[in-house]
Amino acid sequence: MTRLESLFRRVRSRGRAALMPFLEAGDPDFEVLERMVPALVEVGAEALELGVPFSDPVADGPVLQRAAQRALHRGVRLRDVLEFVRGLRGHTDVPVALLSYANPLVRYGWEAFCRDAAAAGVDAVIPADVPADEGEALASAARRWGLHTVFLVAPTSTDRRVRLAASLSTGFLYCVSLTGTTGPRDQLSPEAVQLLRRVRQLTELPAVLGFGIASPEHARAVAQEADGVIVGSALYRVLETAEDPVRAAVDFLRPFSQALGGP
Amino acid sequence: MRAALPDARGRFGPFGGRYVPETLLSALAALDEAYTRLSQDASFRSELDALLRDYAGRPTPLYLARRLSEQLGARVYLKREDLLHTGAHKINNALGQVLLARRMGKRRVIAETGAGQHGVATATAAAMLGLPCDVYMGREDVERQALNVYRMELLGARVIPVDAGSRTLKDAINEALRDWVTNVRDTFYVIGSVVGPHPYPRIVRDFQAVIGWEARAQVLEREGRLPDAVVACVGGGSNAMGLFAAFLDDSGVRLVGVEAAGRGLHTGQHAASLTAGSPGVLHGAYTYLLQDEAGQVLGTHSVSAGLDYPAVGPEHAYLKETGRAEYVAVTDREALEAFHLLARLEGILPALEPAHALAYLPVLATRLGPGAVVVVGLSGRGDKDVDTVRRQEVLG
Repeated sequence: MTRLESLFRRVRSRGRAALMPFLEAGDPDFEVLERMVPALVEVGAEALELGVPFSDPVADGPVLQRAAQRALHRGVRLRDVLEFVRGLRGHTDVPVALLSYANPLVRYGWEAFCRDAAAAGVDAVIPADVPADEGEALASAARRWGLHTVFLVAPTSTDRRVRLAASLSTGFLYCVSLTGTTGPRDQLSPEAVQLLRRVRQLTELPAVLGFGIASPEHARAVAQEADGVIVGSALYRVLETAEDPVRAAVDFLRPFSQALGGP
Repeated sequence: MRAALPDARGRFGPFGGRYVPETLLSALAALDEAYTRLSQDASFRSELDALLRDYAGRPTPLYLARRLSEQLGARVYLKREDLLHTGAHKINNALGQVLLARRMGKRRVIAETGAGQHGVATATAAAMLGLPCDVYMGREDVERQALNVYRMELLGARVIPVDAGSRTLKDAINEALRDWVTNVRDTFYVIGSVVGPHPYPRIVRDFQAVIGWEARAQVLEREGRLPDAVVACVGGGSNAMGLFAAFLDDSGVRLVGVEAAGRGLHTGQHAASLTAGSPGVLHGAYTYLLQDEAGQVLGTHSVSAGLDYPAVGPEHAYLKETGRAEYVAVTDREALEAFHLLARLEGILPALEPAHALAYLPVLATRLGPGAVVVVGLSGRGDKDVDTVRRQEVLG
């Protein structure tokens, strides 16, 4: 059983959801992130979503666009991201899912990417702009190298499309809580719970909710329906101005972990 | 005969596809279904044809440029899209898509624009058909095409400047896609070129193919034969694809696309994605683009805002790979010289975009030999570029 499979088996058996912070690879810089990761695990992060910076992130709102721009200005590229994960594996087992836009992966080569990502200790790849219709090449390469592939479903996905995404996904399914781009929202999207319930009926895969989750109350409201909750933009809104990003991230995420009742 | 492309998955050979966030997939499927149905629908066709004729000014003339022809030693015909309402070929596609939006019951249209021509065309069609219109435009383009911004506002559109990334056309498309992801249920995204996810490259090509079919019939009537070559500028590639579409099966007709070499291909400051780029994914399609070795999209430069784009329509990528079309690039300086040449020899100020196609004619005429017949897509008029040209002259 893989790290992700055992995580979600554990979470489901206790009827709660895992806290999965999103970190942009290279923002803050890798030296800071290297200290941040164990601190987040300590405070209750059970898996990480690690973003590969890209020049044209069409699914992202302003907060994560800025994070990607800062990482790119530091010169961070996909190879550096894989190197960072390899370094992390010296001291932590926390599952890491890489979120990437298609082009850095295409340029690297689907096969070479899956081989090197698996070797570096990456657990899953989440392609932000590769719908399942276009995902066969990535999914088959990932299967060969033992990497999970996680496709996304959204409130606008038909049942047929949810089944299609589920058929190519392993590990978990990424449920986009709202119709829009990433970014903190004041209210939890009313579409979120509807989507999670629909996903439950259509697949056995663990359902992880992301986009717009900005407060522990949002997290608590979906803890019964989701197997995991991703917090990204809300965290980066804090980190952008934090003097001590590690401490700021820990302080920001602790209430989310408490709201989710874990680990 | 070549098989009808794209295939059911939106591919031109390996190129094309739908690399966009999942949120848009159902909307793209609905668009594909609606377009396929309406393109066979006689009432839709006749409504569009009437608008193209009575409102936009089709058919456009095919003009034999006599003095230019004498100088080049070829018979050069200009397909005069510059004479259309709003001054460029963009209106062909904007009318088609806005009509499609209305038939699909959408309540709002959005568009991206570079030079402003597609933004003006969309704002025009939206005003005439009574739909609200938001246009995304990179901040740099807002500044260098101020007159077009004001034109769009006069037409009732809202122009939204984009400060992200390189602040040009690429970033305007990113922002339009983000708007569409957010408002997909009631908004129609009017894409201005043969780029983007399937079915856009097909839809835009089909709406622009009227350029090629008219030109083909006109040149046959005038010359009694097909041309030796057709030439058009390529940014995203909509006017070139529209012109080429009618000649794809005429194997004796050379198809030549001319890209922007900017300050020179060796400087890295250009927008020649087919000539100097490599395959990758941008704005929903697998196609040629300008990127670094790690797949990050590079900044571009062209004196022509309409060509200042790091990718190209996937069907052009396919025509390059199969060898059916050839792609070359000319510099800012060469395009500016061609601008002046056409002004002085023919009394026509071309837009800087088709000035690139004109700039390649001396080389092409030499290669084809004396008496060759060439059709050039004169995709737009140069009024919008007069300030840019004057600034270039002052700077020397």
